Order: sequence, then C-alpha cells, then structure tokens
Amino acid sequence: MPKILIPTPLRQFAGGSDAVEAAGATIGECLEALTAQHPDLRRNLYNDEGKLRSFVNIYLNDEDIRYLSKTGTAVKDSDTISIVPSIAGGR
Amino acid sequence: MSATAVPVALSNEEVLRYSRHLILPEVGMEGQLKLKQAKVLCIGTGGLGAPIGMYLAAAGIGTIGLVDFDIVDRTNLQRQIIHGTKDIGKKKLDSAAETIADINPNVNVVKYEVALSSENALQIMKGYDVVVDGTDNFPTRYLVNDACVLLGIPNVYGSIFRFEGQSTVFATKDGPCYRCLYPEPPPPGLVPSCAEGGVLGILPGMIGVMQATETVKLILGKGETLTGRLVLYDALNMRFREMRLRRSPECPICGPDRTIHQLIDYHQFCGIPQQPAQPEPAAANPGEIDPADVKKLLDAKHNFVFIDVREPHEYQICNVGATLIPLGTLPQRLKELDPSAEYVMHCKSGMRSGKACDLLRQNGFTNVRNMKGGILAWSDKVDPSVPKY
Repeated sequence: MPKILIPTPLRQFAGGSDAVEAAGATIGECLEALTAQHPDLRRNLYNDEGKLRSFVNIYLNDEDIRYLSKTGTAVKDSDTISIVPSIAGGR
Repeated sequence: MSATAVPVALSNEEVLRYSRHLILPEVGMEGQLKLKQAKVLCIGTGGLGAPIGMYLAAAGIGTIGLVDFDIVDRTNLQRQIIHGTKDIGKKKLDSAAETIADINPNVNVVKYEVALSSENALQIMKGYDVVVDGTDNFPTRYLVNDACVLLGIPNVYGSIFRFEGQSTVFATKDGPCYRCLYPEPPPPGLVPSCAEGGVLGILPGMIGVMQATETVKLILGKGETLTGRLVLYDALNMRFREMRLRRSPECPICGPDRTIHQLIDYHQFCGIPQQPAQPEPAAANPGEIDPADVKKLLDAKHNFVFIDVREPHEYQICNVGATLIPLGTLPQRLKELDPSAEYVMHCKSGMRSGKACDLLRQNGFTNVRNMKGGILAWSDKVDPSVPKY
C-alpha cells in the first residue's frame, strides 16, 4: 500500500502517527482512505468546497502533484505520498 | 554588490582570521572579498536569526542588516544563542549587534528597530544583495517574499515547527517564490505558532545554519543552491528529504500574468484583523473574567465549572486545579457538560480558552467566561509560585 507521511502539525489529527498506509490507485483515493481512517484530518486537508487547501501541498515521492495530474495522479504500492503544509515558525 | 565600492582589500588581521576560507579554492581571496563587499539583511534575530547572524558575521559578510523590535526574554534563551542570560530585558537588536561585534568587529551592523511592514519593507530591503527570512509569522513571510520578488533580491527561506524544518531559496532570477509553493496562508489558528506548539531548541540552529550556508553560496556564486528544491528536515527521526519546487505559471507575483505589482495589506491577506490599539478595561468584556476574580469565586466556593483547555503535558508543568479538557477533545466531550451551568475557561494565555468559549456558546451554553491572560496572568496576579512557561 502507498505510504502517506504525516507532517508534525497534522499528527495530532492522525492519532499521533507520522506515517499511515492508505490504499488507492490515485492520490485522491489514498487521501480519501487516509481521511476515512482519521476523520479529523479532513478539515485540515480540504476546504468547505472539498478542494485541497492551498497551504497544503501533496507530493508523490519528490514531485508536487500540481505538476502531475493533481489528485488524479496514479499511485503505485511502492510510492510515498508526502503532505507538506506551510509552517511559519522562526523564533 | 555596490557599484560605487572602492577597491577592497583584506587587512592582515582579516587574512589571518579568514585563513581557512582563503585556502579553500572555492572561496579564496576573490570569494572572501565578495563576502566582505556583500550586504545581507536578516529579518528577525530570534531562533533562526541567531545562527544566521553569528555564522554570517564569522564568515566575514561586510554588512549585516538586522530587523527586530523585540526584547530578549528568558524563554528565548533555549534556542536564540545570539542572546545570553545577561541580555534579558535588552533590545534583541543591541544584544545581537554586541554578539556580532564580539565574533567579528570587521562587520558593519545596520540596525532597524521596526516591525517590517508594507510601508517600510522596500526602503529597508533595497540595496541588499541577499535577504534571509527568519521571521515567525505568515504575514511577514508573504511580505518578505513579495518585496524580494519586486526588488529582485534572493530570499533565503527557513521555517520551523516543533521538530520539523523547511528551507529553500526563493526569488532568484528564474527560480520559484514563496507564493509558487504556497499561494495562500492557512487561516489564522489552524497552524499553531512555536509559542503555542513548542519547538526543539536546536532545530532553528540546524535550519538557520542551512540558511547561512545558502547565503554564502549565493554571494560566492559557487555550488548548487536550494533554488528549486525544498529541504524538509525531521529532527525527531533525523531525516532529510528533498521536494522539487517549480516556478508556478499561475503565481500572482512572479508568474507571466501576475496580478500583484506592489506590496499589499498582509494582515488582511492572512485573515488577521489589524488590532486597533484600544486598552480594554477589565469590566468592558462580559465574556471575560480577571484571574483575581476567579480566585474570589473559588475562595467563596461559588458553584461554577472551571476548565483548563491546555494539553496534558502543559498541565503537568503547572495547573490551578481546573478540570483538564484539552481544546482538541472539547467537541467530543461537550455531552459531558451541562449547558445551563456557569463556566470559566482558561489556557496558557487566553487564546485557546477564547476558542473554547466560542465553541461552548455556539452549542447553547449561555454562561461562559474566559479567564483573561490565562495561567500566565494567574501567576502574575494571584499566585507567583505558579511557574510561567
């Protein structure tokens, strides 16, 4: 199953996990499986219209899915999906 | 690099000081002179700014501009190593400038004691060769990005949260900018700050050192910079990952159809209302209660429910006897609470308990008050034996 890496700020909404296995043939399906396991993640990943929030980027391995086929991007079992949210800390 | 610069040479003291650079073929005398002529602006002298300022000074950057308006406090010292215990209460700018002067008196430090804003950013940043972003909030990060894009100055980016950091170089000639990566900021409150979420003290050291390294490489024109690559660092598992970063064709400030041609209102952009400076008398807000008045209610054995919405590990640091229901678990636990009872909510400083009060009110609770200033104010006003953190 593809592995989804959960970044620190979102781990509290994923039961503390830093990685979750989520079945699916596309990025969208994997994220759907992820949010089915961890419903609290949904509002942090999607806006009210059900679109991915623009301060959360999704990468298939090292490539931004915005430059692939977005949530329709095909995923293999060996792939790693990363959720990379905007963080601003510096002090 | 300034066009009017007089031919620069190193003094004998500097030759000795920089000898380990001078014998590196990638730096050498030519590179060291480039560093000496360079002007670098560090926004912030906090967690990231501390190692950035110290290493850039040691490396021999000729002019280092520092932007900060904060005062050194004890909670800074766990990570902001440019400041020491003796500096508590001092302006961060003065403390940082003293440390830099001690490391390398050849550095010309320019101090800007301001909050960077749309009104002053272009004027401050103009003339610098590189800007290093060590700020701690979204409005300033978008401001720094936009000003760098408009002025054509590379923006060496780093940000941190708990055990995790990100770094890259934005706004080089053909490279992506911050808005290419993140077109919009998160709504306020969704991503906690370091003050709310905590940060490993060493983390900004690691990310700040990456930023200092990239700054020096940009000035030397050597090596491969992080332009087009986002480094993700996970200190807890000691892992570095790298994501590809592209210039977005839809970027509103560096794309072909850009819609932003000047600096905007970044607080509004980030959904943060500019707070009018109005002092709030204690009795002005019926939704709030002063810690001293909470103490009176407790002493009088008044019948009310006192709830602490912080996290369990914060409760372990200190508590004032309230029932612990962390904010994140409050929605699920509402059914345990009686909507007709009287409630006082508290957290560390009053932010999270404010949200908790809103949540209760939205669910039909009518008698809900927020303890003003949280447990920090309790320590100030009621019981100084309660430690502040």
